[in-house]
Amino acid sequence: MALRWPRVLGAGAAVIVLGAAVLWYGSAPRPASAETWEGLGEPEFARGEALFWAGGCTGCHAADGAKGEEVRILSGGLALTSPFGTFHVPNISSDPEAGIGAWTLAEFGNAMTRGVGRDGEHLYPSFPYTSYVRMSPADVNDLYGYLQTLPASGNVTPPHDLPFPYNMRMALGPWKFLFFADEPRVEIASADDRIRRGQFLVEGPGHCGECHTPRNALGGLKTDLWLAGAANPEGEGRIPNITPGSRSVGSWSEADLVSYFETGFTPDYDSVGGSMVEVQQNLSHLPQEDLAAIAAYLKAVPARE
Amino acid sequence: MRLSSCALAVAAASLCLSSALAQEEPQVVRQNLMKEIGRSVGAMGAIAKGEKPYDAAVVEQSLTTISTNIQAFPDQFPPGSEEGHETDALPIVWERPEEFRSQADELYSEAQALLAAMPADQAAVGEAMRRLGATCSDCHETFRAKKQ
Repeated sequence: MALRWPRVLGAGAAVIVLGAAVLWYGSAPRPASAETWEGLGEPEFARGEALFWAGGCTGCHAADGAKGEEVRILSGGLALTSPFGTFHVPNISSDPEAGIGAWTLAEFGNAMTRGVGRDGEHLYPSFPYTSYVRMSPADVNDLYGYLQTLPASGNVTPPHDLPFPYNMRMALGPWKFLFFADEPRVEIASADDRIRRGQFLVEGPGHCGECHTPRNALGGLKTDLWLAGAANPEGEGRIPNITPGSRSVGSWSEADLVSYFETGFTPDYDSVGGSMVEVQQNLSHLPQEDLAAIAAYLKAVPARE
Repeated sequence: MRLSSCALAVAAASLCLSSALAQEEPQVVRQNLMKEIGRSVGAMGAIAKGEKPYDAAVVEQSLTTISTNIQAFPDQFPPGSEEGHETDALPIVWERPEEFRSQADELYSEAQALLAAMPADQAAVGEAMRRLGATCSDCHETFRAKKQ
């Protein structure tokens, strides 16, 4: 009897050490295999540009208030406030020092689809790799190729300003384990090619769900309320429900949605508002068939009230 | 009998007068100018969406209304009209009047340029809507209260 306790304790300690090792290993940043990014050939710049507008890179990565051609200068510098602290958006212009001009495709691709930074560190999901993971290596190659054609900026951006415990990148490992997956957000049984294209654009590069879907206390998306509307991460008000069950946009037709994406006018000819203004201005660069695909998908997702 | 009908007449007259006065309150005047702009944009939008066939007269009339109304618009914000009649105008209209006016000028020039070029088919009306839309939301975002 007297001998049992040390044994139990020993076993307990072994379990804890093993558990910690599994957690450590299991939560380590995981870049894609090197060959993922090999042999992709020359990027298709037009496809890359479409992904650039669909993704709205410029919404966060251009200087605050950038207009016209300035939106193509991805100098960073915008401060995103959140319940977890302030994220300072980095310079992703083609500048080799201040931007990402000297990055390899693999480094860019691992950031985009694995949430792994250039130094092998976990990236915060304020950068929505949780959506971009749905982009293929060819998509990443095209987008990277296009970004490299944009102007360089020497702007040096500050590091994120996050209080403990959110400043511990290690904690992002378990977070990714819980909330980071490349599966479709919703299953649409009857999806045709157009809806599938819309699904790719909305769930992938467009990262619409990052604002339009509510989050839990840990910042993970409540996927059963996909696109059902959420608190505005930037403060006041709410980001609207955009499912067919929405009281505000549920009654909009696909043509209404396409017209809204193109022009910024709602069906009663009021103008687009809030953070959607720049999203809409980015979307207006997409070909009409892509906008129609997004509209078709939004009409096909499960209705939520 | 005579007294009461007289009172009724006075009451009716004052009712008329007060509604006539309300019509001329700057808040109401500017709201009506905007509503007309909205209707004009709507008429063009119906063409752009293919709900109505292309009609040059409708497009011209719409662009004319937009440009006439937006030209008059910045003059409808005299001191004392900051509140009331459910105005959505933000204090910044009075704090930065020149910027406000130049935003209105921007829509005016846009509408004038479109009138000069005259969108000639459905696609061109769509492109016109795109250009107008960007101007509308630019100004609304700065100078108009957010909708909840």
